[in-house]
Amino acid sequence: MRYSVFSILNQALRGNTGWKPVWREPEPRPAYDIIIVGGGGHGLATAYYLSNVYGITNVAVLEKGYLGSGNIGRNTTIIRSNYLLDGNEPFYEMSLKLWEGLEQDFNYNAMVSQRGVLNLYHSDGQRDAYARRGNAMILNGADAELIDQDRVRAMYPFLDFDNGRFPIQGGLLQRRGGSVRHDGVAWGYARGADSRGVDIIQHCEVQGFIMEGGTCVGVETSRGPIRANRVGVAAAGSSSRVMEQAGMRLPIESHVLQAFVSEGLKPIIPGVITYGAGHFYISQSDKGGLVFGGDIDGYNSYAQRGNLPILEHVCEGGMALMPAIGKARMVRSWGGIMDMSMDGSPIIDRTPIDGLYLNAGWCYGGFKATPASGYCFAHLLATGEPHDNAAAYRLDRFRSGAVIDEKGSGAQPNLH
Amino acid sequence: MLINHPLLGPRDAAEFTCFGDASLLLRPDPGPNGEPDQAAMDAFHDYLHLRDNPAGTHQELWYHEQGDRSWLVVTRDTINHSIIKVELARNVKARNLKTREGAG
Repeated sequence: MRYSVFSILNQALRGNTGWKPVWREPEPRPAYDIIIVGGGGHGLATAYYLSNVYGITNVAVLEKGYLGSGNIGRNTTIIRSNYLLDGNEPFYEMSLKLWEGLEQDFNYNAMVSQRGVLNLYHSDGQRDAYARRGNAMILNGADAELIDQDRVRAMYPFLDFDNGRFPIQGGLLQRRGGSVRHDGVAWGYARGADSRGVDIIQHCEVQGFIMEGGTCVGVETSRGPIRANRVGVAAAGSSSRVMEQAGMRLPIESHVLQAFVSEGLKPIIPGVITYGAGHFYISQSDKGGLVFGGDIDGYNSYAQRGNLPILEHVCEGGMALMPAIGKARMVRSWGGIMDMSMDGSPIIDRTPIDGLYLNAGWCYGGFKATPASGYCFAHLLATGEPHDNAAAYRLDRFRSGAVIDEKGSGAQPNLH
Repeated sequence: MLINHPLLGPRDAAEFTCFGDASLLLRPDPGPNGEPDQAAMDAFHDYLHLRDNPAGTHQELWYHEQGDRSWLVVTRDTINHSIIKVELARNVKARNLKTREGAG
């Protein structure tokens, strides 16, 4: 069923009794053209673009839990394309452009809200670095404005501009950035892929790869073996665990990243603000809760929950930026498992094993990349060649030396 | 998390910085006569960039930065954060070297 004003009115007149589940629950077939391991945002987006752009519909998405049970349901929903390096910015700008047309494209309300992302700067050196980054963004077709303290003050008068240690001098504003309803993204992609015939198979854990003559020809699952010409893995924090079954070690450590939500408040923060003197960012959800977060905990973890020292650290950042936040009560926190790559940049590439492809290493920035990641991974799976905008995301770049050191930190906790 | 320091007793994990997989203690040899060959280059690439990244028992380096500045090898479960064993890194390294020499 296509969603439209008429379908809503029609349903309203019939007491909303005609809505149907938006994807099937098929039994796995014995073989597919392409299997995607991982039914999160990136996996579902890959299936969507494979079926809708590249015309390959004999595809299965295998998910260990339920759809959206991983990081697509555990993030802080921010989208932006404010990167500096050539290997990154075209890719993230492609993603932002896909976000802009996403709801019309897949006919689903993902609540894409371009409310603006503001990165604050606190020193002359930081201003110059942001000016350079803004220029790089504009050169790649994105939008960026360097604004001074007066203009930041007009937008957010309650920030601590005259902080003794880190006074706010201004910020780099990307107006096209914003936030998205994260679950809606997973559901919209799932519905769009399913309607083209993609089988989305939940509660189906991949337990091994079927190898024939050194080529990957399918997967062993908790619901039996399934064969495929190509297998793409998009398992985020579990990438190492999945690829270990193919005998591969990855340049990835899994770390826990926490996020926090306050009680619902009246509208106070219209956009997204990031603190430039510490790792802290904040926005306000449509329900009114302040959504904020900061750094990874700094040790390997698969626990989906963190510890208190980082909570204190994040709240200190919040208090330094916006003292009024101290009046709000925090009601919820959660943790997601980040696939931290060694240079802090992702991997969308073939592996040394024929027929096996990898999409991983998104660190704590995977959500905003969802559409472009899916698009580029679909391109790789369909054509065997990397998409131009993801050509730098090689698996062997640590051997070749062509690393993408956007932030230069990677998994090393003491560099954060 | 509380780390049971072998010299100081239980200490808050916040006093430490985690430096990742304890296999970093075993840096591979640069190759024959200090001239790295392909095998040595491969071994160093793997040492520097690749990780086992297990879900479960994990040996890792913790540096007591806000304390006595000792390096520890902590054996910890990455699924539930429980700490199984804590040793001084120098003891672990001495043991590793002995094993490697024994193997070589």
